[in-house]
Amino acid sequence: MKIRSVSYIAVLLALLFFAGVSSAAESIRIGALFSVTGPPSFLGEPERNTAQMVVDEINKAGGIKGRPLELVVYDTSGDPTKAVQLATKLIKDDKVVAIIGPSTTGETMAVKPVTEKEQIPLISCAAGSKITDPVNPWTFKTAQNDTLAVARIFEYLQKRKLDKVAILSVSDGFGASGREQLKGQASKYGITLVVDDTFGPKDTDMTAQLTKIRGSEAQAIICWGTNPGPAVVAKNVRQLGIKLPLFMSHGVSSKKFIELAGEAAEGIILPSGRVIVADLLPASDAQKKSLMAYVQNYKHHYNVEGDHFGGHAWDAVMLLKKALEQGADTPASIRDQLEKISGFAGIGGVFGFSPTDHAGLTKDAFVLVEIKNRDWVLVD
Amino acid sequence: MDFSQQISQYILSGLATGAIYALIGLGFAIIYNSTGIINFAQGEFVMLGGMFGVYFHTVHNFNLAVALLLAILFAAVSGVLFERLAIRPLRRATPLGLVIITIGGSILVRGLAMLVWGKDTHALPTFSGDEPLSLAGATLLPQHMWIFALTVLLIVLSKLFFQFTITGKALRACAVNQRAAGLVGIDVRRMVMFSFLLASGMGALAGIIIAPLTMTSYDVGIMLGLKGFCAAIIGGMSNGLGTVLGGLILGVLEALGAGLISSGYKDAVTFIILLLILFLRPQGLFSRGESERV
Repeated sequence: MKIRSVSYIAVLLALLFFAGVSSAAESIRIGALFSVTGPPSFLGEPERNTAQMVVDEINKAGGIKGRPLELVVYDTSGDPTKAVQLATKLIKDDKVVAIIGPSTTGETMAVKPVTEKEQIPLISCAAGSKITDPVNPWTFKTAQNDTLAVARIFEYLQKRKLDKVAILSVSDGFGASGREQLKGQASKYGITLVVDDTFGPKDTDMTAQLTKIRGSEAQAIICWGTNPGPAVVAKNVRQLGIKLPLFMSHGVSSKKFIELAGEAAEGIILPSGRVIVADLLPASDAQKKSLMAYVQNYKHHYNVEGDHFGGHAWDAVMLLKKALEQGADTPASIRDQLEKISGFAGIGGVFGFSPTDHAGLTKDAFVLVEIKNRDWVLVD
Repeated sequence: MDFSQQISQYILSGLATGAIYALIGLGFAIIYNSTGIINFAQGEFVMLGGMFGVYFHTVHNFNLAVALLLAILFAAVSGVLFERLAIRPLRRATPLGLVIITIGGSILVRGLAMLVWGKDTHALPTFSGDEPLSLAGATLLPQHMWIFALTVLLIVLSKLFFQFTITGKALRACAVNQRAAGLVGIDVRRMVMFSFLLASGMGALAGIIIAPLTMTSYDVGIMLGLKGFCAAIIGGMSNGLGTVLGGLILGVLEALGAGLISSGYKDAVTFIILLLILFLRPQGLFSRGESERV
């Protein structure tokens, strides 16, 4: 019997020893939900790539306080049900301390109750303003609200005394939300919407709507949608010889839009995150350093330009890093530290969270850009 | 800008869109008449035309005319392959079974296109510039002229073909009665294959000439296919003028509906017309009876 108890003690000691060793360099596990496949893969893929790139960089630099980060990524394929299952898996099986993502507003709204119940901080990469309005203690987000984009355009119009505006929005979630904001904020800037029309996401000809606008007394046109609809609108505007200034949403702030609309893109003005104009920004811009680092790194790793969507994931990981550097390591302490972050110049803007603001950005997160010679130019 | 100018813009835009629907609709009619099948994969050949066009022009840098011809050729060959692999082995299947197969085939083609070319939208350059032309108070692009011209040319050619060539007459014979056509020595199987070749080639042409205006991606085929189907139904599945008029009427009504009522109902207009025709005049607007399906 003696041998047995001795071996028990030996095993026990060994276990303690290993436990001690592993806790010294134990990794911090963070979860990520991105729709790498499925219709929103244009969001999820750059997000996954960026998150992995940033985590690798942090680890190469020695981790956070000597502890490496471990990123567990699951693909939701844009499906809210799947997102909820995978969130539960991240929390119960992988025991992550925080979750980044999901990529879309629908998925985020589905996951939110789960992370709140389990008390795990969630940093969403989706844009819908209802994610953080009303504020939920455990939910943060990094993508800019469309409220801010609308404010940027209206401010510009107000300055130029263009107060009769026609809006043309796509009939999907993005367009509907933008339309709501456009209608809601117009009166605040003394703007009347003289035409309010829509087009289908797959429509191939918008001359009918634009003819109506041409016949109205509108002084400017705002088109709210994502590719390819707005490119058709741009071409149709040119075809009809409409000379009114044309504004677009941040939904088309990518080179793809210029490629699709071609000549017709010239002169269009749109609000955009700073990523696409990183090299044009003055050195005094608070975000310049982050932006240049991100854009160059992404290009180096993946051979394509970094975009806004990847930027949302960059911000999410870096915000987490900041919270962890403040000594947080449990979900609750991470949450508390996130809420205290202020003046963090990321990709999407300068973040400053507070107990009443979990979106953390102001309308300065957007700059107005104009398309000239198939490239972006800053407008002020 | 006054109201009459608006109306003329709606009508001209509608005619341009309608011409495309007509081309696609003709494809439906040609296959229906020689086989009795409604080929729901027709829209995918339109997509293939556009995507092959983009592929040859932007990836392989062929000039536009060459890319156009190659795209039509490749799409037509795909049409023949589709007939050989999916339709012919099942010649004894019921018409309903064949219709389901064409739906399955369309999903397959769409999926393959997505895997090969990705999910992005692509644009082709216009054939002759972007300077708008003014016409009766409305403005159109040179590309619209190409659409009108090519549609008219194709319709005239196909009319001549069906009236005056042996193959065309054989196709018409198959349309009237396949068994009798077989008895007088017409190779019905070859005619069926030929009808797929014609239909997919026409669809591909439609896909290419609209790609500069509307852009193209792997999933444009569904909606265009349905609109073309609707045009063919309005025209009573005729190989000629009926379907062309059906397409034009559809295009104009759509544009007027979007402009005067609400753009939200644009697609609804199409399908309400489709249902009304199917309920009230299943033989089409212009035909008097079953026998005039040529």
